[in-house]
Amino acid sequence: MILGRVAGRVVQTIQHPATMNRRLLIVDRLDPDGAPSGGYLVAVDSVGAGHGETVLVLDEGNGARQILQWENAPVRSVVVGIIDASG
Amino acid sequence: MQLGKVIGTLVPATIADGLAGVPLLWVQPLDKRGASAGMAFVAADGTRMAGPGQIVTWEASREAALTLEPSFVPVDHAIVGLVDDVQLDEEAR
Repeated sequence: MILGRVAGRVVQTIQHPATMNRRLLIVDRLDPDGAPSGGYLVAVDSVGAGHGETVLVLDEGNGARQILQWENAPVRSVVVGIIDASG
Repeated sequence: MQLGKVIGTLVPATIADGLAGVPLLWVQPLDKRGASAGMAFVAADGTRMAGPGQIVTWEASREAALTLEPSFVPVDHAIVGLVDDVQLDEEAR
């Protein structure tokens, strides 16, 4: 899993059915100190994370498909936690 | 998923089983602000609706193959959605 910070949202109408009616978040990657380490990913939200929150992102497809409960979902990244403190 | 922009199309003369009829598009990966980031690649269009100029989300590797039916066709990048809007939080930039 990786640490990230919510930096925005992606809005789509036409998309794979597995991501329909789910929030897509732009998540900046963070280093262990909480500073942006460069790069981002678009992750499916599963915990209701938003705006500037530090989050835990699962970046592995099989786990993502289990969380979405969708056998063949073409999704690799899912926000699975909101982090209060890291250090 | 990552963001990308469709910058061209390919027309194959011969193609592997499972990819017949699947649109193949050039995709330029983008950073979150829409600037080019990295080398362009060829992606299968899982939405079958993307065209040049379209901003898209794409997946790589096994997730790309799962985009198509049947899955596990020889695909390593695929378009999974057409982006209407990217909304960045000002404070987080």
